[in-house]
Amino acid sequence: MIWETVRLSLRSIRRNVLRSFLTLLGIVIGVAAVIAMLTIGSGTTQKVKADISKLGSNLLVVRAGRPAGPGGPGGLDQAVRPLAEKDLAALVAHLTGARAISPAAQKQVRVIFGTESLTSGVTGTDSAYLDARDWKLVSGRPFSDSETRSGTGVCLIGETVRQQFFGAGDPEGEIIRVNRTSCRIIGLLEPKGYTGFGQDQDNVVLMPLAAYQRRIAGNRDIDNIYIAADDRTPTTELQPRVEDILRDARRITPDRESDFGIRDMTQIADAMASATTTMTGMLGAVAGVSLLVGGIGIMNIMLVSVTERTREIGIRLAIGAHEKHILIQFLVEATVLSLLGGIIGILLGLGLAGLASATLTIPFAPSPAVILLAVGFSALIGMVFGFFPALRGARLDPIDALRHE
Amino acid sequence: MAAGAALITFDKVWKSYGQGEAKVHALAGVDLAIRRGEFVAIMGPSGSGKSTAMNIIGCLDTPTAGTYSFMGVDAGRLDRNRRAMLRNLYVGFVFQGYNLLARTTAAENVELPLIYRGVPARERRDLAMQALAEVGLVGREHHTPAELSGGQQQRVAIARAIVTRPTLLVADEPTGNLDTARTHEIMELLTRLNRELGLTITMVTHEADVAEYAERTIRFLDGHVASDSMNVEVA
Repeated sequence: MIWETVRLSLRSIRRNVLRSFLTLLGIVIGVAAVIAMLTIGSGTTQKVKADISKLGSNLLVVRAGRPAGPGGPGGLDQAVRPLAEKDLAALVAHLTGARAISPAAQKQVRVIFGTESLTSGVTGTDSAYLDARDWKLVSGRPFSDSETRSGTGVCLIGETVRQQFFGAGDPEGEIIRVNRTSCRIIGLLEPKGYTGFGQDQDNVVLMPLAAYQRRIAGNRDIDNIYIAADDRTPTTELQPRVEDILRDARRITPDRESDFGIRDMTQIADAMASATTTMTGMLGAVAGVSLLVGGIGIMNIMLVSVTERTREIGIRLAIGAHEKHILIQFLVEATVLSLLGGIIGILLGLGLAGLASATLTIPFAPSPAVILLAVGFSALIGMVFGFFPALRGARLDPIDALRHE
Repeated sequence: MAAGAALITFDKVWKSYGQGEAKVHALAGVDLAIRRGEFVAIMGPSGSGKSTAMNIIGCLDTPTAGTYSFMGVDAGRLDRNRRAMLRNLYVGFVFQGYNLLARTTAAENVELPLIYRGVPARERRDLAMQALAEVGLVGREHHTPAELSGGQQQRVAIARAIVTRPTLLVADEPTGNLDTARTHEIMELLTRLNRELGLTITMVTHEADVAEYAERTIRFLDGHVASDSMNVEVA
């Protein structure tokens, strides 16, 4: 009986292909918008999380100056006291629960090889840096301890730098000029790609901190200290320890605020991911409104359909159809119609999301739950908005209906 | 034909429309009895109440006052769905305008009442084929109404009416849209169904020669039965 009715409704939908299609369009657009929004949104969330975990997992970053707060960047009332070797030494000596501690200072500097040049982010650091930031070498070797200590002119380069100067060739052993100093390439860093903010993470040159300080920065300052927590220590536990050690090392009395900030990358990742999720939810809700409009379209067309087929309803009632038979017939038709729209909408939405993720280089993250929900929701729309027209058909008086021209 | 028990009884049946001053009585206290197996022609001018009477006989409508009993059941007091069930089980309808579903084959049209009875698809198909054969439409089972002549369409409608093996056939001007030759074919068919299946037939017509196929003619005038007489047997 139900299968019979579904077949009947498919036939009646086929009879008015153009009209059915136009009616479907509302649902198609609504469902496609919701699916595309949610899929792109969850892709973006994944991307943001991945980006931030590329900075290194369970990472704390210490930088000079008071942490940025509601009052704007700190340190306006006093000169920023940079981080120094002794701060690093204090952390290395006293901090427990850290896997790697590494200082870094960086600057945008012109790098030259032959006649080619490129402005890169040049970072002075030590060999623990790669560990702290979960960064691996594709080829070559990290700085040795003696190179780090003596500040030898050696460097590791990122993929972008290699492509600019050497194409696909092997850069090892080549000498590049960084600012007015030269350094020998000893290794190639694994590519990381762009951040969600469009920053090329592979346009980098790493060199020993001492070399950077002496030949490029011209001072002994450290911009950041990267601290990677070990597997057993959450960053939230590590952060107060770091703060205590540094306050002590920097001789900050208890009545004064810290003149350095500690950023927890895990927390930033979570905050950004939740911001993206909220945004996705809002866009999805807006798209949901178009589903409502689509539902009204269904109701409209079903009312037309019931009126057009008044005579048919009269015949069916005369030969013994009950109210419920007519009700079910039109309800099934509305549901099939909007379900069809929902399925087309899902395919379209996934297509759009696929296109968007290819263009924006975010992961394509379709969610089976969202798809199921869309199917269920479009069926529900058909039932809800098809009910009133169907009831109207079922309540017709067979005598009037048969007389209807 | 065999004088069976009363199938249809009107006991002071009134049917009124409108309110107060504008109140119109389509039927004004009609008494009537039709026995099983009878073939009755109902005649009368427009507004005489014959159509209203037919709607009540076919359990499509209910009287305002009085009692209509069908097969001993007080059909005038039943709700919509119970009357739908009565129609489905015991009444077949044939209309002037055929009233077949467009773009639906003859066989599917004939199957329609069986769907609402919950008959399985295979059995439905067989019964529909049998009914179409009885009305002489073998080979036209898969034609749609648009591909059939008026006479053939009316045969499909008759097949649809008899496929459920009803007790009563209600025909509303069944030959109104047909030419003389086709009219006689359809009337022969109805007469044969009446004789061979013992089908009770009530038929509205305003053509005297069509009414002559029936055994009995009831004339309505102004909501009353004006005359009720047996016809001379057609040779």
